[in-house]
Amino acid sequence: MNGNKMPLANKLYMLLGFFFLYAPIISLVVYSFNESRLVTVWGGFSLKWYSVLWNDVAVMSAVKISFAIAFMTASFAVVLGTIAGFVLARFGRFRSHSMFAGMVTAPMVMPEVVVGLSMLLLFVALQTSFGCSEEPSGLVQRLGCWAFGERGMLTIWIGHVTLCTAYVAVLVQSRLKEMNRSLEDAAMDLGCRPFNVFFVITLPLIAPTLLSGWLLSFTLSLDDYVLTAFLSGPGSTTLPQWIFSSIRLGLSPEINALATIIICVVTTFVVVSNRLMMSAQAKRDRAIQAALASTD
Amino acid sequence: MMNVLRRLLPSGRTWVISVPYLWLLVFFLLPFVFVLKISFAEPDIAQPPYTPLVTKEESKVTINLNLAKYETIFGEAETFATKGLATGMAESQYLVSYWNSLKLALLTTLFCLLIGYPIAYNIARADETTRNTLLMLVMLPFWTSFLLRVYAWIGILKDNGIINNLLMSLGMIKEPIPMLYTQFSVMLGMVYSYLPFMILPLYSHLVKLDTRLFEASADLGATPWRTFFSITLPLSKAGMIAGSMMVFIPAVGEFVIPELLGGGEVLMIGKKLMDDFGVSIDWPQAAAVTVLMMILLIAPIIWFHRFETKQREAEQ
Repeated sequence: MNGNKMPLANKLYMLLGFFFLYAPIISLVVYSFNESRLVTVWGGFSLKWYSVLWNDVAVMSAVKISFAIAFMTASFAVVLGTIAGFVLARFGRFRSHSMFAGMVTAPMVMPEVVVGLSMLLLFVALQTSFGCSEEPSGLVQRLGCWAFGERGMLTIWIGHVTLCTAYVAVLVQSRLKEMNRSLEDAAMDLGCRPFNVFFVITLPLIAPTLLSGWLLSFTLSLDDYVLTAFLSGPGSTTLPQWIFSSIRLGLSPEINALATIIICVVTTFVVVSNRLMMSAQAKRDRAIQAALASTD
Repeated sequence: MMNVLRRLLPSGRTWVISVPYLWLLVFFLLPFVFVLKISFAEPDIAQPPYTPLVTKEESKVTINLNLAKYETIFGEAETFATKGLATGMAESQYLVSYWNSLKLALLTTLFCLLIGYPIAYNIARADETTRNTLLMLVMLPFWTSFLLRVYAWIGILKDNGIINNLLMSLGMIKEPIPMLYTQFSVMLGMVYSYLPFMILPLYSHLVKLDTRLFEASADLGATPWRTFFSITLPLSKAGMIAGSMMVFIPAVGEFVIPELLGGGEVLMIGKKLMDDFGVSIDWPQAAAVTVLMMILLIAPIIWFHRFETKQREAEQ
């Protein structure tokens, strides 16, 4: 489905559609340079809200915590999601296959309040069963209470990993399904063991997908408010939590400044990585085609 | 000896499956058992803030199943029955919240479909480089903070916000139009936030359609509209269902948007749940609300899953 020139009416519609998507974002950026404390009344150009933001200790510490959680979430979700996606794409059917497939994709659509509350109740139950309110005795109790005695970065990480694994698994699965299996089959025929085939052949072939899965997980984790609200403890305020509580206090140009920075970083990142991935993918596909052609 | 061991120990395949499987069982499925359990408890001023279901005194084990939390919700139906619709709407919290959530989620899905379909269609019909750029433009807002995009609408919609200021300075209105903290603003925020989730599945179905079908249809004398309604639309049904479920299911439980754009005016069930959990610290009530929400959503979730699986199998 391609190759047609877009008629004028369609072009206008697209312009309108993208205006709807981008107008709010542009308004955020514009008013971040506003001198006035009243966000929507223009009081002249100023950069003062950026320096206010820079000197805000609470924001900076929230940024650090958020980045740490996002980094650890993305790294582990890629591992877990790749295994899950590989199992779904290559293992055929096994016992309780459909339950597994359902559990992998469900966190993507399940309302976050539902996932958040249920995970919280699990962690609280663990806490009680380890007897963390009393003096813990024995190795298992001590380990359990060290991990789940207080909600914090670990519990947030577990929640985020469960959410992001779903996205990575779906990406990996659809990439593996559209990929030609003959390279893997050839390696298998030449006596390579399945374990090695995965690491030597499959993994390098889906590397760009893994990178986009990592980036997607990183952003999802960095952006999540609801799961974190259930799973965080007193010492672990993340950036979305800071943003949420500041919004509830009212509009503030400081939030606009923060938004502008996030938008700039994300835009640069997405544009650059999109370019890189497109060319890498094209190169890889060409190489595979060449390899397949030479074997005929 | 080795053979016996090999037969008894699980194969490598089983090990590989078990890693993500166990993770999801423990951290995704098992928690729902606790939700169900705690929905039958009573709130308590203790750590954790609910009573145990099973108590043991000497050799007597008692199981306490408290149905009060469900009665709170269903008892509101009685208010409707005895006092009429208007009083019922004013006095019941939970049923109204469920109703509003379903209604707004349904409307959001409908508007996302109406706005998103032409966008996905046009992207799918563009040439390859344009297509990539357009897709990236659709995805870009999705990558920037969700909270901040919702926040942007406050500045646009409020009484001295961008729209009202503009209309007043043009002299078109004298008094600001109240837009923020209404069902309209909540729905606008939801359509805006969920639109990419509708466009992407639609696009991935539309882009795979065979162009020869359109040519054949045109050759046989069909108008472009006729071609669209009898070929494109039916063939993209799976994409429409996948996209609609991607919007509808999370929208029913949405918390952030009604909280920030709806204020105290618009009751929605995700917000009610958060209030029970965080403000009134009534965790059993929050659990009961969750159980009922799951019962409402289980059919659409299975439907979504079936269409997703069908789609993946078709890809092979």
